[in-house]
Amino acid sequence: MTDASMDQTAPRPKRSLHVADDRTRARRAAEKRFRAYGVAAITAGLLCLVVLIWSILSNGLPAFQRTVVDIEFTLTQEQFDEAEKAVLKTKVYTDFFIASLTRQLEDQGLEVAFDGKAVERLMGKVGGTLRSFYRDNPQALGRAVSFELPAASRVDRYFKGTFSRDGISEGNRFIQVEDLDLADALAEAGIIRQAFNWEFITGVDTGVDNPGGAGIGASVLGSFMMMIVVLVLSLPIGVAASIYLEEFAPKNWFTDLIEVNISNLAAVPSIVFGILGLAVFIQFMHLPQSAPLVGGLVLTLMTLPTIIISTRASLRAVPPSIRDAALGVGASRMQTVFHHVLPLAMPGILTGTIIGLAQALGETAPLLLIGMVGFIARYPETFLQGFEGPNSAMPAQIYNWAARSDAVFTEKAWGGIIVLLIFLLSMNIIAILLRRRFERRW
Amino acid sequence: MPVFWLFLCVLGLAVIGSVVGRMRALQSAGGDSRKLHSLPNYYSANVGMWVITPAFAVLLVWLLAQPLFIDSRVANLLPDTAVSEDTTLGLVMSDVRRVAHGLDLAVAQGEMTADEARTLGPDDGDLRERLAGVGVALGSSVSPEVLRAAQDYRQLNSAGAWMMTIAVLVTAMAGLAFGVSKSTRDFRARNMVERGILAILIFAASIAILTTIGILFSLIFNTVEFFRIYPAADFFLGLEWAPSFSGRGGASSLGVLPLLWGTFYISLIALLVSVPIGLFSAIYLSEYATPRVRAFAKPLLEVLAGIPTIVYGLFALLTVGPLLVQVFGDNTVGWMSGGTAVITAGLVMGIMLIPFVSSLSDDIINAVPQAMRDGSYGLGATQSETIRQVVIPAALPGIVGAILLAASRAIGETMIVVLGAGAAARLSLNPFEAMTTVTAKIVSQLTGDSDFASPEALVAFALGTTLFVITLGLNVLALYIVRKYREQYE
Repeated sequence: MTDASMDQTAPRPKRSLHVADDRTRARRAAEKRFRAYGVAAITAGLLCLVVLIWSILSNGLPAFQRTVVDIEFTLTQEQFDEAEKAVLKTKVYTDFFIASLTRQLEDQGLEVAFDGKAVERLMGKVGGTLRSFYRDNPQALGRAVSFELPAASRVDRYFKGTFSRDGISEGNRFIQVEDLDLADALAEAGIIRQAFNWEFITGVDTGVDNPGGAGIGASVLGSFMMMIVVLVLSLPIGVAASIYLEEFAPKNWFTDLIEVNISNLAAVPSIVFGILGLAVFIQFMHLPQSAPLVGGLVLTLMTLPTIIISTRASLRAVPPSIRDAALGVGASRMQTVFHHVLPLAMPGILTGTIIGLAQALGETAPLLLIGMVGFIARYPETFLQGFEGPNSAMPAQIYNWAARSDAVFTEKAWGGIIVLLIFLLSMNIIAILLRRRFERRW
Repeated sequence: MPVFWLFLCVLGLAVIGSVVGRMRALQSAGGDSRKLHSLPNYYSANVGMWVITPAFAVLLVWLLAQPLFIDSRVANLLPDTAVSEDTTLGLVMSDVRRVAHGLDLAVAQGEMTADEARTLGPDDGDLRERLAGVGVALGSSVSPEVLRAAQDYRQLNSAGAWMMTIAVLVTAMAGLAFGVSKSTRDFRARNMVERGILAILIFAASIAILTTIGILFSLIFNTVEFFRIYPAADFFLGLEWAPSFSGRGGASSLGVLPLLWGTFYISLIALLVSVPIGLFSAIYLSEYATPRVRAFAKPLLEVLAGIPTIVYGLFALLTVGPLLVQVFGDNTVGWMSGGTAVITAGLVMGIMLIPFVSSLSDDIINAVPQAMRDGSYGLGATQSETIRQVVIPAALPGIVGAILLAASRAIGETMIVVLGAGAAARLSLNPFEAMTTVTAKIVSQLTGDSDFASPEALVAFALGTTLFVITLGLNVLALYIVRKYREQYE
C-alpha cells in the first residue's frame, strides 16, 4: 500500500484499542448470547434425559418390591384333624391363624383387635392357603413353618406411599381405615415387611382381581423367542446381501434398485411393517396370529436395512490391500471374501447386529397389529409352542398394562420399562465392548 | 412322512452324497488331492448342492401348490346343494377343513381308528361332540356333504403327502447320482459351488425388493378392496371421522382429513421443540464445545434416540400429561381438561427427535469446509457471525433435509400418539385438546377385530397407504436434497 492511496482527509477518531466501542460491545454481547443459546439447548436436551430417567426410576422401582406378611405358624395334628372335620374348613384354619397372630402380637406388647375379615382384606384368603399347604405337606404338622404371604395390593400401595387413608370411602369392601391401623401395627412388629418381588420378574400377566401378582416373565420369554428368530434370519441374510452389494454387484439397474429399496425401507414407519405382517404372514400365508414367529419375521424385515447398512460399512473398512494380497496368492474372489474379508469385518458386523437387535427389541407398533397384545396368563408348554403359540412381548406387555386403569398396573408398566431398558443397556454395552476389544484401525 | 422328517432325510442324503462324491473325485485322481481341479471339500459341497437345491425346490413348490389343488378338487366334488343361500363356498370349505382337522386329531389321539375316520357315515354317533372332545369346536352339526367332503379332503391330503415324499426323495436321489457322476478330477467343482453361493447372495440382496413388493402388495390390494366398498372421494375429502362399531351396521364416515390434521399438528409441535434444541446443540457441539464436552454430551444426547418409543409413550401418558394438566388445567387457567392432548404428544415426540435433528445437523455442519470459516474469520467476523452468516447458509440445504427426515419420523411415529394424543378425531386449532393421528387410527382399527371384510377394518390399509406415500415422498425429497448438498462440497 502506498501513501498516495491512503485516505488522509478523514482523520480516524482517536481511541484506545483497550476500550471497546459500542459496536464491538454489541457484537461481543451477541457472541455471548449465541453461545448461551447453544449451552441452553444442550442443557435442555440433557434435562429431558434426566427427567425421563428420573420418572422411570421413581415410578418403576417400587414394582420390584412388594409388601409381604411374614408369619411363623404352627399347626398341631389335633388342630389339623379338628379343622378337617369341621363344615367350614377354611374358616377354622383362619381362626387358628388369627389366634396365633394375636398371640404373636401380644408377645411383642401390641394389642390390636381384628377379625377374620380384616385378615382377609390384608392378605387374602389365608385359611385356604394354609389348608392346601398342610394337606400337601402333612410332615410339616406340629412344626413351626414360616409363611411369606403377599399383602393385598392396596396395603402394598399404602406402604409404598401411593395410597392413603383419604382414599378409603365408607363401606369399601376391599379395605377399611382400621385395616391400615392393623397393618401399621403389624409393620411395627416386623410381621409386615418389604421384600424383593421375584414374582414380577418370573410371573405371568394376571387379571384385575390380582393386579399385584402380575409379572413380566412370560413376555420376556416371548421377546427372547422373537429375538432368536430375528437373529437366525437377519444375520445370515444381512451379511449375504451386504457381501453381494459390496464385493460382487456389478453397477447396473438391478443393483441400483436394491440400493434404493434398502435406503427407503430404513425410513418406512414401523407400523407399515406391521401392516405387511398382518396382510402377508397372517392373512395370506395363514401363519398363527399372536405368535413370536410372526413377530420375529416382521422385525427381521424391519431390522434388515439397519444390519445391511452397518455390515456394508464394516466390509468397506477392510482395506483393499487384504483383498489384493489374497487374490495375488491365487484365491478366488469368493475365497478372498469368505476367508479374509469377512473374518476381519466380523466384529463390526456383530456390533451392528446387536444394535439392530436392540432396536427390534424395543419396537411395539408392528406387534400390536399382528395381535401380540393378548392376555397371556401362561408360559408356553413346549419349546415349539414358544414360537408358534400366542405370546406377548415386553413392549407390548407394557403397553397392555399402561392401557389398564388400575394404578397397580401402571406401576407394573414402569417396572416393565426398567426391565426392558436393562436388556437394551446390556446389549449396547456388549456391542461397545465388542467394538473396543476387536475393532481394528487400519 | 411329515415335512420335518423329509427335510432331515434330504439333508442326510446330502451328507451321504458329499462323502461319496469326495471319495469318487479322490479316487479318479488316484488319491492325490493335488491332481484335482479343486480342493476336495468343493467336490463334497457340489454334490450336497445338487441334492439339496432341486429337492427343496420340489418340496417348496409342492407345499404351495397342494392346498390350492386339493381345495379346488374338493370344491368340485361338493354337490351344489351343500352351498345353500346363506353361506358361501369359502365358508363351507373352511368347515370342511375344520372337520378334516378334527378327524386327524381324533385319529392322532386314539379316539378313532383310521378306518373309522375314513368310513364314518353321517349316522354314526354325534360327530360334533366327538370332535369337541379332541378340541375342535364346530359351529353347527356336521352335514353329510361336509363330512363326505372332509373325508375326501383327508384322503387327497394323505395321497398328496405320499406323492410329495416320493417326488422329493426321487429328486434328491437323482441330484445325488448326477452330482456324484460329475465328481471326477477334471470337474471344476469350485466354480460350480461359487456360482451357487453367488446365487444365494443375490437372493439375499433381493429380499429388500421382495419386502417392498410385499408392502406395496399388502397396502394396494386391501386399499383397492376398501375403495370398492367406500367411495374414495369421501375418504380423501371427508371432514368427519366416525366409524360405526363393526357388526352394529350403520354407515361410518371415514374422512381422512381430521386424522391428517392431527398428524400434522402434532408433528409441527414436535418440530417446534426439536429443531431449535437440536440445531443449537449441533452448532454448539460442532463449533464451540471442547473435545471433552463433546465426548460427554453427544453420546448422552444420543441415548435419547436409543430409548424405545413405548417408553416415550408411557412418559407422555403418565408424566408429561398430568404435569401439563397441573400447569394448564382447571386449577389454573383451565385450558386443558385431560392429560392426553396434542401438546402432550407433540412435546414428547419433540424430545424423541432432538438427537435425530442434532446428529444429522452435526454431520452436515462438520461437512462445511474449514476454509469458509477461516475466510470469514480473516475478514474480522466473530465466531457467531461466521456461523450465522457463513456456516448455516452453506449448510442450509442439508439442514432442511435433516428437518424433513425428522418430520417423516414424526408423521410415522405410533406409540407416542397412541398413548399420548387421545382418541378423538377433530379439526381444531387448540393444542390443548385431544386429537388423533393416522397411525393411532391404524392401530385402533386393526387390533382386536379380525374381520377384514368390513370397511372399518379395511380403512386402516387406506390409511397405511396414505402414510406410506407421505413418508416416502418426504424421505425421497430429503435424501435428494442431502445428496445434492454433499456433492456441492466434495
